[in-house]
Amino acid sequence: MTSPAPVLLEATNLSVSFQTDGPPVRAVKRVSFEVRKGEILAIVGESGSGKTVSSRAMVGLLPRTARIEGEARIDQTELIGLHGEAIRRVRGDRIAMIFQEPSTALDPVRTAGWQICEALLSHQNISRKEAMARAVELLDLVGIPDPEIRVHSYPHQLSGGQKQRVMIAMAISCDPEVIIADEPTTALDVTVQAQILDLLHDLRERLGTAIILITHNMGVVADMADRVAVMFRGELVEQGTAEQIFNDPQHPYTKHLLGSVPRLGGARPATMDAVAAPPVEAELALSVRHLDVFFPGRIGSPPVKAVKDVSLELHRHEILALVGESGSGKTTLGRCAVGLQLPTGGELTVLGQELRGIRPAALRALRRRLAFVFQDPASSLNPRMSVADCISEPMRVHRTGTKAEREARVAELLDAVELPSDYANRYPHELSGGQRQRVSLARALVMDPELLVADEPTSALDVSVQAKVLEVFVRLQHQMGFACLFITHDLAVVDLLADRIAVMRSGELVELGSREEVLRNPQQQYTKDLIEAVPIPDPVVQKARRDVRRGKA
Amino acid sequence: MPTLKSALRKIPGVKLLGTTHGLQRLMLLIGSGIMALFVLVAIFADSLAPYALAQRKYQGEFFGKQQPPSSDHILGTTVEGYDVLSRVIYGARTALLVVIMAVAASIVIGVALGVISGYLGGWLDRILVLIMDAVYAFPSLLLAIVVAIVISGGSSSGFGGMMAASLSITVVFVPRYFRVVRNATLSAKSLPYVEAAKVGGARPGRIMFGHVLPNVSQSIPVLLTLNASEAILTLASLGFLGFGIEPTSASEWGRDLSTATTSDLTNGIWWTSVYPGLAIVLVVTGVTLIGESLNDVLNPLLRTRGGTTTADERELEETVLGSQADMPDDVPAAVAGHVTEGAEAPEGGAR
Amino acid sequence: MATKQRSSSAALLRYLGVRLALVVPTVLILVTLVFFLMRVIGDPISAKLGGQLTPDELERRREAAGYNRPIFVQYFEYLGNVVQGDFGTASKDNRKILDVVLTNGAATVELVCWSLIIAFLVGIPLGRLAARYHDRLADVTIRFFAVLVYAAPVFFLGLVLKLIFGAHGLGILPTSMRVSRTTELALADLGYDSHFMIVDALRSGQWVYISDVLKHAILPAVALGLMEAGIFIRLIRINLLETLRTDYVVAARARGVAERRVVSKHAFRNALIPVVTVMGMEIALMLCGAILTETTFEWPGLGYALSQYLLARDFVAVQGIVTAIALLVAVISFLIDVINALVDPRVRY
Repeated sequence: MTSPAPVLLEATNLSVSFQTDGPPVRAVKRVSFEVRKGEILAIVGESGSGKTVSSRAMVGLLPRTARIEGEARIDQTELIGLHGEAIRRVRGDRIAMIFQEPSTALDPVRTAGWQICEALLSHQNISRKEAMARAVELLDLVGIPDPEIRVHSYPHQLSGGQKQRVMIAMAISCDPEVIIADEPTTALDVTVQAQILDLLHDLRERLGTAIILITHNMGVVADMADRVAVMFRGELVEQGTAEQIFNDPQHPYTKHLLGSVPRLGGARPATMDAVAAPPVEAELALSVRHLDVFFPGRIGSPPVKAVKDVSLELHRHEILALVGESGSGKTTLGRCAVGLQLPTGGELTVLGQELRGIRPAALRALRRRLAFVFQDPASSLNPRMSVADCISEPMRVHRTGTKAEREARVAELLDAVELPSDYANRYPHELSGGQRQRVSLARALVMDPELLVADEPTSALDVSVQAKVLEVFVRLQHQMGFACLFITHDLAVVDLLADRIAVMRSGELVELGSREEVLRNPQQQYTKDLIEAVPIPDPVVQKARRDVRRGKA
Repeated sequence: MPTLKSALRKIPGVKLLGTTHGLQRLMLLIGSGIMALFVLVAIFADSLAPYALAQRKYQGEFFGKQQPPSSDHILGTTVEGYDVLSRVIYGARTALLVVIMAVAASIVIGVALGVISGYLGGWLDRILVLIMDAVYAFPSLLLAIVVAIVISGGSSSGFGGMMAASLSITVVFVPRYFRVVRNATLSAKSLPYVEAAKVGGARPGRIMFGHVLPNVSQSIPVLLTLNASEAILTLASLGFLGFGIEPTSASEWGRDLSTATTSDLTNGIWWTSVYPGLAIVLVVTGVTLIGESLNDVLNPLLRTRGGTTTADERELEETVLGSQADMPDDVPAAVAGHVTEGAEAPEGGAR
Repeated sequence: MATKQRSSSAALLRYLGVRLALVVPTVLILVTLVFFLMRVIGDPISAKLGGQLTPDELERRREAAGYNRPIFVQYFEYLGNVVQGDFGTASKDNRKILDVVLTNGAATVELVCWSLIIAFLVGIPLGRLAARYHDRLADVTIRFFAVLVYAAPVFFLGLVLKLIFGAHGLGILPTSMRVSRTTELALADLGYDSHFMIVDALRSGQWVYISDVLKHAILPAVALGLMEAGIFIRLIRINLLETLRTDYVVAARARGVAERRVVSKHAFRNALIPVVTVMGMEIALMLCGAILTETTFEWPGLGYALSQYLLARDFVAVQGIVTAIALLVAVISFLIDVINALVDPRVRY
């Protein structure tokens, strides 16, 4: 980069505070950054870092309670303080936005074409008919098949990826100078994410649009960004080229963040590598034979086949990772294993007990030896029970132990999940997401289960917190030796802890094998696609992978 | 450390007041004020009212019919020769009794059926839903009339009349609790912590009443205020349509309004109808204001929110800047800024 | 595209078919409930005349009316009659209940229509205003207004209106009946008898008659309309506040759509969906209001007839009218479902 392109959008000392019932909350503190023509600037941060707020402040999309100070300029136009018609002319025409959740960012009662036309007609003096023709062109440009038909579709008739493409079509409709993409792929499956990122990359190259990419995913950053700005609790702690940030981070937060990101194909941390009890081949914790799970469809439509003819086995002391995208049936299978869902057909044997047709009393007895960890830390603990009560509930249910024994067990488990013992008297809302997941884990382990099903236990957590939870999890599995069905969509996490991996897609089992086999030498095309689509948090590696993908395409 | 403040917060109303602000607080205060007045008047009706319930003469002399407001009868007298003020005051007692009986009965039946139906599902659930929906769709007043006919044959006296009115309102309101509670149960049923209890081997009874019910109970306060205000309106409507309680056994605002409409209005006599009417408006306004403010407080969408997830931030701070956070004196300016600023500490989370 | 359209309209038809099928059990349950509830107190004759006649005479009359047969026989006979449109005959004035329902039903429908016009004119703009100025003075004032009109029983509101505008107040508006006697006779002479007064008056083309009908409608329509407006204000305000916070509204702003358009084309349209649904459920409440309004203003509708029969303890008539109202509610809630399907494309899916 010998002659840097001209600066397009520039924020200087931008601060945002919100008036609340209490004292004002400062969400963004004196943040400065710039983006040049044709450049992709990634603003990276975890939840609450102020990355979204700062970008929305520039286009006046914050609620009335926000107070904005500082400057933000596009070319010569000062944006802060613009009102009504003046800011409206900027939005969509000069600065466009793409949102995180395409299914809520599209008006559900308007067709895709209607909404694209609306964007066009708001800024250009063209007829409705011309706008419609342009909408079809745009849908074609963002890679939607049969654009003439899709232009008349309502959002609920489109897939998640298609909806995000419609959002992108809307964003580029008026040839904006800058696109702010706020977590554009977070709500999407990894293979769809790769396609959307390719599309954005492509648009930047073809149209020369500058992109501000807001994300928490370091893999996406490495894949896309020219320059990176790292935000932490409202402040911009570090800024530089992608290479600088990844290879030579300066701020302790950046270092911590990069250290926490699990890497597909990366080395396992020493703490996770020591295998205490090797899997026992002969004993099965879970055996699934030709399992079908169907849900009744709406009146007049066929049943939904969530799981189709799946067979797999889980040995004692083993971690089997169940991997797949949304709708793959992985969660349904996991729920079957603990009797939360009844199978439609096939055999399901848990710890030697056939689950189909089991009596309620027998199921309750069996459940002493089973446990489940849920995804959402916000709702996995009863808000009205103290941490100690939450953890010891299974003991009370099964009437084991005296009060003193239960207390001792709670203290022991809190220690095991590395929480201070005084947390026993706290309530869930006083804990952070990561701490709550550790309490969930403690509750799951209180009866010394032989089989644990963990459903995306870390997906709702920030990366820097996830690392800790995973570390605790693996250590306890090694110590206690329970068999584990670990359900996740994140291949990097799988690579950290799984013994074997099962890949599922649309209810069917695609591939099953050891971690090495599946991740390093996949046999099925879908598995290969899945691995290919995961962005690696390393700009150099990721660029090489992208070039390979381009060459193939 | 249990301070006076934290002790005060244990009282539910006080805690609620603490979470409100501005308009919500104003509505809550006005509403509670009106309700307190209403309850006090109902309890102390005997000492507050200048005359007895069915008193028509004083020292052997009749009050006179349809007398305009005067010093003897501040609000005038009715066509039947009663003192309007006394009738209005005793009306509060009738209204309060009916509200309490109706609300208590509908909550107990509606909530129990709702939780059981929602949690167990199956045929029981389907049949209950069908019946409740049909009753729900039916004009509540008509249903109340039919039930009132059944219970009392149309007209009744004293406590029997109040029972009839309360039961008619209960029949109308059970489906509303049922619907709300059943829906809340359905969503609570799939909450991770409820499923966790299930996986933990807990029995249905424990899950329903230990985990689901406390969660569902959140939706009840707003419904309760709605129920109370509608109970008063339905009672008055029944009285207005001629299903009142005999005037000698209890005073009821709706019935007094009804007699006033048929006999007084055409003569331009306003005091017999306006005062009982205003009493109804005042009480229902009080209950509704409480309901509106509760709705605002419980509906997070409508609130201007304060500091966000502080526990998460604190953890981040500890893990990332570990040693620094433990020693407040050494916290770098950048981090110290966060600690002192805004973000309110969650309850009991003081370290 | 053609196939897409066709499948979508097929889905719509299927949805409406299911809804229509659900109407039947609802009505059946209500008719059954009313029938058996009314019989708990005994048959209509004993309920009305018990104590006034000798036991022998009572028994003779019961036998003549067929009330001594097993209750289930009577129930199925009643069901059969209702299906054929025979709701019985009022003993008070010997009118066929079906007749009463048709004549007085027209009056009720007319009243409800007038009141809905008032409710829309008052409720929708105020609801939108309150949402727009959330938590500011306009919002506060409108909310208090909504609470007050909700808290005032319709009959009390009607009574106050009567006092203000009636003969002893300003004396500018009639306070009872649908039309004055002269107009009624004149319209009858002209041979117009649709039972919808405004239709008849319009057909006559005479301004005297039209204005007479309108004048009579104003006070009842305002009393009932304000009550409904209170419901609309609250519904629209809260739903609009919710849709104004959705991502698609922010997204529309972000692509430079003018604020006025964002509110009307995105937020309001989406806010209407739950409003329509809830309106379907509030129909019952509005009918209650109509009954009370009719009684207050002696408006000869279903509610007025019902209260007259109630006072006369004519339980055959009461049961017939209640059953008819149940049918009416079922039909209206089905119509609401149709509107809902038209407003919300997701329903058609």
